[in-house]
Amino acid sequence: MTIITKDAPDFECIDVEQVPLAQQAPALEASNTGLALLAYLLIGVALGMLFVLSEVVSWYRIQEMFRFQSVHMYGIIGSAVVVAAASLQLIKRFDVRTLHGERIVVSPKQWGSSSLRGARYWLGGTIFGVGWGLIGACPGPMFALVGSGMGVMLAGIVAAMAGTWVYALVQHRLPH
Amino acid sequence: MTGVLPWYVAGPLIGLVVPLLLIVGGKVFGLSSNLRHLCAAVPLPSSLKPGFLRYDWARTGRWNLVFALGILLGGALASVVFGEPNAGAQISEATQSDLAALGLRDFSGLAPSQLFSMKSLVSPVGAVFVVLGGFFVGFGARYAGGCTSGHAISGLAALQMPSLVAVVGFFAGGLLVTHLLYPILLPVILR
Repeated sequence: MTIITKDAPDFECIDVEQVPLAQQAPALEASNTGLALLAYLLIGVALGMLFVLSEVVSWYRIQEMFRFQSVHMYGIIGSAVVVAAASLQLIKRFDVRTLHGERIVVSPKQWGSSSLRGARYWLGGTIFGVGWGLIGACPGPMFALVGSGMGVMLAGIVAAMAGTWVYALVQHRLPH
Repeated sequence: MTGVLPWYVAGPLIGLVVPLLLIVGGKVFGLSSNLRHLCAAVPLPSSLKPGFLRYDWARTGRWNLVFALGILLGGALASVVFGEPNAGAQISEATQSDLAALGLRDFSGLAPSQLFSMKSLVSPVGAVFVVLGGFFVGFGARYAGGCTSGHAISGLAALQMPSLVAVVGFFAGGLLVTHLLYPILLPVILR
């Protein structure tokens, strides 16, 4: 079964993960069982609670961050990166496997083939940042905000889907 | 809810999501892919969809969509159990006075109702903040191949240079909006 259709360019990531299909296939089957899905659901519940209780879902906190007026958001992102990086090193050092015994591989992100080196990262990143500055929430927090009762964020998710769709239509004309 | 969960508690716990997802099933923490999965799941004939959105989303994306559903439920649970955080009242005084100077009067809840409400959605205000903001988030995340979770947390933790470039872009965009656009835009629409 192919996941990417033929007209998608080779360098295009399969997912945000950019994991080669060959490495994804076995893990995919295992991840669609009931128990694994329950685990993902519960990790999500914990994360959603953390997102709200630490207020990273708040437009005000994003403003505070972009105005450099509190350590709060920088502390959260920074300490999350440090803990995640240390975990990745431990996983590598001790060859920790998944629950199904597969080797854990995090594929490197690819520089694209454009003559504008890394265009997708700095150009796409800046476009994302403009949106982040306006709506004050990135995709994860958008879901948490809908849950916390901010119904208008549903419109934000639909708008973000529209952005994704337009990207899909014009991606061949953009430098990557 | 009294007080915000301190960064040194929330940050490390959020960071632990990265190894947890890897150990459960080799998954890399990244949430914006769900926007693509949701688009792929829209029940339209595949001839009407660009190739980028024609794939077996239920097979590749199910775990992440369930994960996102968990985040939604977690947001609901936190709000029901602890009450909606009063983030606007807890941010630094400097930010409060900066925003007040631009015309913001309401500092309640997680986002100002002057900018984010169902009523504002049908006004130019909502069009800019919710619709345009959301659109750029969706377009930019897919173009950059990831969002705050995929690049700023997963990517930086894996010491990926492309992710660092993307994160610099995230901040460049946000700083542009905050320091160049808001001083012009907010006083006009909040008047």
